[in-house]
Amino acid sequence: MNKIETRNLSIWYGDGRVLTDVNMKIKEKCITAIIGPSGCGKTTFIKAINRMIDLTHIARIEGEILCDGENIYDDGIDVVELRKKIGMVFQKPNPFPMSIYENVAYGPRVHGIKDRRSLNEIVEKSLREAFLWDEVKDRLNEPALGSSGGQQQRLCIARALSMKPEVILFDEPCSALDPISTSKIEDLIVELKKNYTVIIVTHNMQQAARISDYTAFFLTRGELIEYGSTSRIFERPLDKRTEDYITGRFG
Amino acid sequence: MTRKTYHQELEELKQDVLKMGDVVKKAICDSVQSLVKQNKKLAENVIKEYDPLIDKIELEIENKCMKLIALQQPMACDLRVIGTCMKIITDLDRMCDLATNIAEITLATADEPLAKPLIDIPRMSELALEMLEDSLRAFATNDIKLVEGISDKDDIVDALYDQVRRELITLMIEDPHIISGASHLSFTASHIERMADHTCNIAGRVIYMVTGERVKLG
Amino acid sequence: MISVNFSQKIANIMLWASALITIAILFIMVGHILLNGVEVIDLQFLLESPKNAGREGGILPMIVSSLYTTGLALIVAIPLGIGSAIYLTEYAVKSPLTKAIRYATETLSGIPSIVVGLFGYTFFVIYLGLGFCVLSAGLTLSIMALPIIMRTAEESVRTVPIGYREGSLALGASKWQTIRKVLLPSASPGIVTGIVLGMGRAIGETAAIMFVVGGGWRMPISPLSPAQPLTVHLYELFSAGIISTEIGYGTATVLLAMVLAITFTANWTMRRYIKKIMGE
Repeated sequence: MNKIETRNLSIWYGDGRVLTDVNMKIKEKCITAIIGPSGCGKTTFIKAINRMIDLTHIARIEGEILCDGENIYDDGIDVVELRKKIGMVFQKPNPFPMSIYENVAYGPRVHGIKDRRSLNEIVEKSLREAFLWDEVKDRLNEPALGSSGGQQQRLCIARALSMKPEVILFDEPCSALDPISTSKIEDLIVELKKNYTVIIVTHNMQQAARISDYTAFFLTRGELIEYGSTSRIFERPLDKRTEDYITGRFG
Repeated sequence: MTRKTYHQELEELKQDVLKMGDVVKKAICDSVQSLVKQNKKLAENVIKEYDPLIDKIELEIENKCMKLIALQQPMACDLRVIGTCMKIITDLDRMCDLATNIAEITLATADEPLAKPLIDIPRMSELALEMLEDSLRAFATNDIKLVEGISDKDDIVDALYDQVRRELITLMIEDPHIISGASHLSFTASHIERMADHTCNIAGRVIYMVTGERVKLG
Repeated sequence: MISVNFSQKIANIMLWASALITIAILFIMVGHILLNGVEVIDLQFLLESPKNAGREGGILPMIVSSLYTTGLALIVAIPLGIGSAIYLTEYAVKSPLTKAIRYATETLSGIPSIVVGLFGYTFFVIYLGLGFCVLSAGLTLSIMALPIIMRTAEESVRTVPIGYREGSLALGASKWQTIRKVLLPSASPGIVTGIVLGMGRAIGETAAIMFVVGGGWRMPISPLSPAQPLTVHLYELFSAGIISTEIGYGTATVLLAMVLAITFTANWTMRRYIKKIMGE
């Protein structure tokens, strides 16, 4: 089952092309990794999927992105609803300067949930899902920024989960973390694919190899060079450029 | 080009495997020669020199492979090269063991005249050596055209083996006195036939290394 | 040829000396005022109106006037300052308008206060017909405080990590929700610093309000009554031929104490707030 599909997706920043005719079908409840050298449009690609790219005013988008068969760039699409459905976790852990509880309750509150009991439930469920509940249950009212980097990132994941999304986008979620925190996040992401569709941008090829089911390789100007099952891509890539990149013969 | 040392080490690994192949070739050549010429000294040399040397080289190469996997997390073609090396050295080691077995047969039979003049057995060993040479060259150059004819050669070796065996059985029926010597020769032929099978394995690995496709040869 | 070590030593001494001199000046000045002023201050001084042409009595109406005008100034300047700061950082994309606003605030902060006073007089007192009163003074002072508040607020909103905005928007929050619930709370320590600075400017201003506030020793009740803030009172005491130096020092001490108290309270509250939200 395809959750997300892009059709001839191209993006420009001003005159510079950052994504070129990307056609990609992303499977539901799988982890899809996006790899490629810096500046190849990976982050732009996932930012287009929840329309965070709208914040970049100079971006111009052509083509379609279908989520459950619906073009998310259609006029009738409610961006708020879209972002509820497609959550995002960023490169640098970015918990808000509030308590742990308030961080997770932020999303539901913004969308009008006021009832304390429902909020409590959502907060606990989300924190549990992010493997964080046991570590923070006694200090929910302490500031989130007092936690370790790895905990902060898992808090951000819990925050994304609080919206009950269907898709979660990860933009290099471990690049600022130590190896132990990285493993925890990786375990968590693998766990998440049971219920969510996960798309992860990563610079770390081993990470892509370890956790993803499908891997897409992008190259300069956001060309999708190769896309297929992760084991196939890392064992025998079909394109010479993919091979050169993943074996480190690139550049 | 990045990761220079790593790729240099990979290249060295391939060279090591080729060197091991050269030693195995010599071992096969010498063992068969020792049998033909009933040369005990040559046979002893195979047993005492080549066999331990090959065991040592095999272990060295295996360690290098493990180290590269642990330290460099090889991917794609690099991963296939290392995996192939690890498999090839097992085949090469087995071939050397078979050569040793032949050398032992030389020691057991050198004091009596041969059950029959050796024509087909050297022929078989020449073919097996050619096949090994082709596989190793393909491995060195990534040119899989070199192993295209290998299955055909293996068929010839198999046919020769059948012929040798049938011939020996006939001789044994005619003259039970030579049963011991003839069965030794029959084993020799069988060993060489096995060697050819191992070269087919190596060729199959080389094809996988180059293309990523799994092919069954021989 | 001077050796590297020697020139380093000279530099150390000079830097150390300049720091010392700066601190010394501050301490001597504040100390001088406080030493002379403290003995004048008692309950009567704080709670009574001036008597005998200011030679005796207290300065209560002046304290109230100062707080009154400054308060009014802040009521006007804070929303305007924060509002334009947010507009500049979050909405305006390098347009001629933002350039104009920035240019205007820079110019505004560079205008001599007496000129602002003149404008306050012509515009608020005469043109708008507000008369000499607390309101005119408050509005005039807000012009003085506005650029400071806006500049500091803009700076602190700008330095809120982009991640907070992205995080909030990615959760489907609107821009306004993001500003209200994430941006402003994160930027508030900086904004408060700006407000305190602006307030310091307003409470200490003399020239700008001399011509608009009216004067007199009566307690200002409505925003339209005339008043005499501490600074103006001080000015009058001195310009009228040094009626009473002690009362002058007393007034200065009260002014100083008020600024210190407000600064201290604001800093303390903010430090606690930062600790609460940042967990440090």
